[in-house]
Amino acid sequence: MSITSKRIDRRQFLKSSSGVALFIGVSGILPQLISCKEPKKLAEQLEKHRLTAWVQLTEAGELTIYNPAAEMGQGSMTSLPLIFAEEMDADWSKVKVEFSPQEAEIYGGEGWRPGSKLMFTVGSRTTNSYYSTMRKAGAQARYVLLTAAADHWDVPLSELSATNGQVVHQKTNREIGYGALVPFLKMPETLPDFAEDQLKNPKDFRLIGKEIARTEIPAKVDGTAQFACDIRLPEMVYGVLERGNLHGAKPDLTNEEEILAMDGVLKIVPFDYAIGVIAKTLEQALDAKKQLRIDWSKSQASGYNSQQIYAEYQKIADRRQKGEVTVEIGDVGNALRSASKTYMIDFKNDYVYHAQMEPLNAVVQVAEDLQSAEVWVGSQQGPDTKLGVPGLLGILPEKVTVHLQYLGGGFGRRSMNDFVEECAVLAMEMAPRPVKLIWTRKDDITYGTFRPLSLQRLQATVDATANITGLSHCVVGDGGNLVASGARNDHYDIPNQLVEWREATHGIRLKHWRSVGHGPNKFAIECLLDEVAMDQKIDPVDLRRKLMAKSPKALATLEKAAELSDWNGPVKEGRAKGVAFVEHGSLGTGVCEISVDRNSGKIKVHNFWIALDAGVIVQPDNVKAQMEGGIIMGMSSVLKEQITIEDGRVQQSNFDTYQLLRMQDIPDRIETALIASYDHPEGVGETATPMVAGAIANAFLRLTGKRLRHLPFTPERVLEVLNS
Amino acid sequence: MATYTLDINNIKHEVDVSEGTSLLWVLREHLGLTGTKYGCGIAQCGSCTIHVDDTPMKACILQVDTVAEGQKIKTIEGLSDDGDHPVQKAWIEAQAPQCGYCQSGQIMQAVALLKENPNPTREEIKTYMNGILCRCGTYLRILEAIELAAGAKIPTN
Ligand code: FES
Ligand code: FES
Repeated sequence: MSITSKRIDRRQFLKSSSGVALFIGVSGILPQLISCKEPKKLAEQLEKHRLTAWVQLTEAGELTIYNPAAEMGQGSMTSLPLIFAEEMDADWSKVKVEFSPQEAEIYGGEGWRPGSKLMFTVGSRTTNSYYSTMRKAGAQARYVLLTAAADHWDVPLSELSATNGQVVHQKTNREIGYGALVPFLKMPETLPDFAEDQLKNPKDFRLIGKEIARTEIPAKVDGTAQFACDIRLPEMVYGVLERGNLHGAKPDLTNEEEILAMDGVLKIVPFDYAIGVIAKTLEQALDAKKQLRIDWSKSQASGYNSQQIYAEYQKIADRRQKGEVTVEIGDVGNALRSASKTYMIDFKNDYVYHAQMEPLNAVVQVAEDLQSAEVWVGSQQGPDTKLGVPGLLGILPEKVTVHLQYLGGGFGRRSMNDFVEECAVLAMEMAPRPVKLIWTRKDDITYGTFRPLSLQRLQATVDATANITGLSHCVVGDGGNLVASGARNDHYDIPNQLVEWREATHGIRLKHWRSVGHGPNKFAIECLLDEVAMDQKIDPVDLRRKLMAKSPKALATLEKAAELSDWNGPVKEGRAKGVAFVEHGSLGTGVCEISVDRNSGKIKVHNFWIALDAGVIVQPDNVKAQMEGGIIMGMSSVLKEQITIEDGRVQQSNFDTYQLLRMQDIPDRIETALIASYDHPEGVGETATPMVAGAIANAFLRLTGKRLRHLPFTPERVLEVLNS
Repeated sequence: MATYTLDINNIKHEVDVSEGTSLLWVLREHLGLTGTKYGCGIAQCGSCTIHVDDTPMKACILQVDTVAEGQKIKTIEGLSDDGDHPVQKAWIEAQAPQCGYCQSGQIMQAVALLKENPNPTREEIKTYMNGILCRCGTYLRILEAIELAAGAKIPTN
């Protein structure tokens, strides 16, 4: 098993195929099998057809499978090729994985619109959206091999089977390896479309669901895994931008001549919101950046103070006029009027920052004639796989080649390609010299795009027998779905539900942040449930059990998590457990066990138990890794992370002022139980993170009787609550 | 500009850079030793951790002139010939990395830990590794990998 992240384009493809290039077409395109000994014919075919080239096979039986998704740690470099290899019955030990070219028409997964295609690694959709595509393509590859063997041996296709890279004819006890079939490959007359029921029975999976090591991990332990910031090209120069810490402000550079006279400085490039400097070396560019004297204009954000805004948000929530309704089930007004008791709680969420460990960067080279460009980038890609470069440079999309590199973390930040566009502008100025653009950590934070600050006002109604009859969920904040998503309850049987969003806007840059609205909204929902449970003297798990009665899958995660955590068992002195449920494609229940240092206000999380139903699990160990990472990132944001704005200016600038969770604060254990299922796979990357706030606050309530209602739960806030 | 001779992974490298240049930029941009990563530039994240005379250091705050007097610098590229240092093997066994960006720094720090203290306790590991951030949250697997490498398979809890 080996891996390369070497770029492939069609020319290289031609050169590197030693045996036969096997192109397997999906979506009704026939496979094209052309001997490489006839390169002209291959070139013609490539010109003529839009081929979906998922796999390449050599006479030695070596396979290269192409991964169409970004790899940012979630494991796409293994999971998608593994699904393909499963249906192809490939010998996994002979598989190499490479990134596919960034061509959505060929390599795109299901887009937002029916029939559309998209290469966009967001929303935990990778496995979910490529599962069927990869299976079908793998089955077609297998079919091509089987028909070749049938012809070669002159036996009926139906008598053949395939296993682990071999075609077998049991009747005559013959076997032939895939590689050995290369000289006999032909294009079949027709290629079955392979409906779901013609694919393997998941019970027969040999690769999916097994413990398979991730393909790219060796390169990540010896330093050879290549990130965009690692690219070095001949004649490359360095670009940096000063963007200030007041979003939307316009710069006026007052010492241009002084900067231009500095060592190594090649050019100053003004942007609407920034001043760019290009220099021969990175250190020269950074030196010059430090010396820039810039007068900044005021902006929409001027005068805005994030920590004082909640009073205004509460007033917005008080208004009688509803905001934009996103969910309406039954009649919440009626439930309120007929309730035997009503609970109302406000929840607050400060801004958080992505803090992906690799600050943003890109390398772009624009050709001398300005008619083509090459881009090296770690991107979650986008609706435009050429990442906005063609429009910006006024060139054709096919003239832009994107070389996708590993991402040093994405978390939603790299699904916006502002940094690629910046680099393209600088590269155009310097054409044909390549430009490496580096964001410093300070740039990455101060000009960050944050999960919005928000206020959730929740109201629950119960009837005389303590049934929850209604839930009204009002979200106040900037950014529409960025704050309002994740407030639906599809698995709690609450007959009357209303979710509405009320806008407030401040001119602060905002973005999807791992699990998006689910973080704040699940925090609010799960805490509200425990508030009801405590007041009604119902066990929090019992309360949820009742609510999940009509959703057996959700209920199974609850039961499993309760069992794993020994929910009803004895608790150590000074500790308490809290529960929270999250649906984010996959369904998960989490239970944490915490204690609190009442002098410092520091919350210690000792254990986290999760039960997850994600349908078919492609890589179980990797799903567990996603749960572990999701919980740690959740804990980090819930216990520590906070961006604050004063007079419109971002107050944090590096990891000294924006603290992340460190090793000393990790739990003793994060244990995940995966519920067996043959359902279509659901995303897992964003299910754990939004459990954390609710589970911790609920454990805290049971431990202390006090309420944590404002994220993050910093020691100061915890002390304040304890002393209230 | 001045010329400095650096002893990196037992090879002597000459570089022409200005005095005070960060060793991290020298390694990454001038010499192409890109396994060492930039994460913060102020000794807060540890992505740039290397060894100088066997001591783990943050390359981002080392100025090139302070390590050009014969000090032996070791980066992830010099840890083993084939990525088969026992700590690297343990890292693969534990399937520790996610995005991978922080892992060179984690591994360099862990190698130094085990050299100083071949059988660290869990708490000693956490303390020693506390300066190296991992946003992907791979800490538990890093811990497991270090325990594997130390040959002390301590059960959880
Ligand atoms: S880059 Fe050196 S410690 Fe962060
Ligand atoms: S593996 Fe991504 S930051 Fe550590």
